[in-house]
Amino acid sequence: MNLRFIATSLLLLKIALSLGCSPAQTNVERGILEQELYIGIGTEPSGLDPHLVSGMTEHYVLLSLFEGLTTLDPKTLEILPGVARSWSVSEDGLSYTFDLDPEARWSNGDSLTAYDFIFSYQRILSPELGAPYAYMLYAIKGAEAFHKGKIQDFSSVGIRAPNPQTLCIELHSITPYFLTLPTHFTWWPVHKSTILKHGAMTDRISKWTQPKHFVGNGPFALKSWRLNNMIKVEKNPHYRAQNSVQLNGIHFLPINLETEERAFRAGQIHLTSGIPIARIDWYKKERPKNIRFDPFLGVYYYLINTSKGPLKDPKVRKALAYSINREQLTEHVLKGGQKPAYHFTPPNTGGYTSNDCFSYDPEKARQLLAEAGYPNGLGFPEIEFLYNTSESHKIIAEAIQQMWKKELGVEITLYNQEWKVYLSSRQAGDFDIARSSWIGDYLDPYTFLGLGESDSGNNHSLWQDSVYDEILSQATQSLDKKMRFESFQKAENHLIEAMPFIPIFFYVRSLLIDESVQGWYPNTLDYHPYQHLSLERIPDSI
Amino acid sequence: MFKLIIKRLLQAIPTLWIIATITFVLMQLTPGGPFDQEKPVTPEVKLLIEAHYGMDQPIYEQYIRFIKNRLMGDFGPSYKYIGWDVDEIIAQSFPISLELGFYALIIALIIGVPLGVFAALYHGTKMETLLMGIALLGICLPAFVLGPLLLLIFSTELGWFNTFGWNVASDRVLPAVTLGLFYAAFIARLTRSGTLDVLKHPYIQTARAKGLKESKVIWIHTLRSSLSPVVAYLGPAVAGMISGSFVVETLFFIPGLGSFFINSAFNRDDTMVMGTVLFYAVLIIAFNLVVDLIQIWMNPKIKRD
Repeated sequence: MNLRFIATSLLLLKIALSLGCSPAQTNVERGILEQELYIGIGTEPSGLDPHLVSGMTEHYVLLSLFEGLTTLDPKTLEILPGVARSWSVSEDGLSYTFDLDPEARWSNGDSLTAYDFIFSYQRILSPELGAPYAYMLYAIKGAEAFHKGKIQDFSSVGIRAPNPQTLCIELHSITPYFLTLPTHFTWWPVHKSTILKHGAMTDRISKWTQPKHFVGNGPFALKSWRLNNMIKVEKNPHYRAQNSVQLNGIHFLPINLETEERAFRAGQIHLTSGIPIARIDWYKKERPKNIRFDPFLGVYYYLINTSKGPLKDPKVRKALAYSINREQLTEHVLKGGQKPAYHFTPPNTGGYTSNDCFSYDPEKARQLLAEAGYPNGLGFPEIEFLYNTSESHKIIAEAIQQMWKKELGVEITLYNQEWKVYLSSRQAGDFDIARSSWIGDYLDPYTFLGLGESDSGNNHSLWQDSVYDEILSQATQSLDKKMRFESFQKAENHLIEAMPFIPIFFYVRSLLIDESVQGWYPNTLDYHPYQHLSLERIPDSI
Repeated sequence: MFKLIIKRLLQAIPTLWIIATITFVLMQLTPGGPFDQEKPVTPEVKLLIEAHYGMDQPIYEQYIRFIKNRLMGDFGPSYKYIGWDVDEIIAQSFPISLELGFYALIIALIIGVPLGVFAALYHGTKMETLLMGIALLGICLPAFVLGPLLLLIFSTELGWFNTFGWNVASDRVLPAVTLGLFYAAFIARLTRSGTLDVLKHPYIQTARAKGLKESKVIWIHTLRSSLSPVVAYLGPAVAGMISGSFVVETLFFIPGLGSFFINSAFNRDDTMVMGTVLFYAVLIIAFNLVVDLIQIWMNPKIKRD
């Protein structure tokens, strides 16, 4: 009887499996036929309201649904016309006049006018909304005062619309990188009547972003959204440059790195948001065509609490920085093409590349530590190193812990905290040294160097220096590019001399990409307008 | 029976209140808030955001409003997923967990019960050792080992199934097997001991003496009584399959409630934490009651007042 049972079970299993039926066609193949892109985005976006979100994941999705006044060439990062087909700048560099494309429409067919932009900027700058990134609009005259509640009348903010097709923006000071700002999602317009239909202008809790209500102005329109499953967008028939869009739809999949990698190998997605470190070697060897390391506007650094014990002394901080062998770390530990960092601002940030401000020099590090009163690490108190729980941060920290022990005789204790606890400890200054990173918001060195300013809310090192603030202020006020960059270099040198942040490496965006994806160019902003993408069958690739 | 139901329902009220209060207190004590992020917002902006959710009010007022809203069935908006209410998320994701749990339960029973019965029938032989060895392996092999193994073989290598998602019918197979096998192993062991117990009873001997076919003796007369420990185990098991499927949901990227439950704690999404905790609490209380009722039906000897 038992044999009969086993035979029956096997038969049932076989039937079950055949019912389960293997997917006849992979997503990648189907995608090429139907021009639909399957892309992994790592995690679920926290929302689709461009005024309320702040991360890269959200950026990936929003870029398909909205468009700002200007956009960027994904190859060169040059400014291209967006909703504004042209613009002019006043002689003093303080007034910008945008001429809007009369073809610009919302995804419901409504015309997109300059008044929509005024409504949108009023919304994001209204303090009641609590927009986390409202400061991205502070370049506009009066914007900061309005956002901080110092003025109540929005008409005194420097935005005007003399007619539906013209938008005038007045700046409070010269901002040479101004035209790159409207490429950021905080500057994108939202549809007034849709917002007001689902609540007041400044209601944070609103249903307007749900697929049945959503109205945007990008090349794609929101089709469906199921949390932790998929966001599906399809070609927006009302998009102003509809003919330039080659894809018919995009499936955004919020799956984690490991699942992404498995899905990529099984031909289920065209693009991933990253690669698990453990799989890098395999891809380099077996599928080198599918692995990409693109430079990215971000720096990984160690944040020092400059109010704690021996870390008060810049010599100690520099000794720690000089004794890290970054080449060894990036080549043998990280393996993902990251660049060793000997300055704080990533290379080619808006055309600016800093000189190396220091080098790997263990001998000098030992000398500095001795000068600080700790020859060979003698008498150096035990300090603690905080990182947020993650395998890769741990591996890096352990490597550096060994380097400090070997080169300086300094012992540090590693401890990790869950993400939100880590953020709260860092904010409260409850750490000695902490892992940190900074991703640039726009293409200008100030997005990085501003971190060290005395009044920066993101400077958790407690380091304050009026000279540094002054140099930086000169840099931002200068119109002449050469002079600006010289001032930034001065600021950079000053920052490294004080070393409240130890730069470790510059990020790269590592990803897996199917050969069929055309038009995905490497750029430091990780900016890939989907209207430039298409899927082509490459012989022998599938 | 009616009395039992009323009594259990009345007991549920203080239980739920205590669970809600403890969760509320724990969330207040946890460091870090829902609006903390890598690039922190200014304290002023944070206060404005918190005002949208009533987090600017004194703690006792927050507590009173919180209990009142839950009584009205209002779970509030999610802090993490802007534009989504907690009950919307539960309504969207729970049916998926339920479906997954249902398939897993079927697999657990289809595999577990016959395995246990055969092991009991072959008591003392090598066959029993083999069958129980398989069951032990099932218990020892956690989902995070079995799942990737199945994925590697059937998805990545053979290409029979998708590696993630819950979109087509075949997406149900691997997660349900992964989740079901673990419980199948437990059920097999419980069925075996239950069957061994029952086989010793005189009424089985009577049935055999009457000349009934062995298959009828086993599958009809023995099984009903021998499954009693299995049914008792099913209450927590079903609740576990539905609520504890976090690992399987994460592995196979299934948008069920389990993954929201765990992630809400990491995100400090307080309303979501509270919504899911209370939802699961009600679910577990209900399952335990149903199991008790089934047991009374199966074995009238269990007397309850």
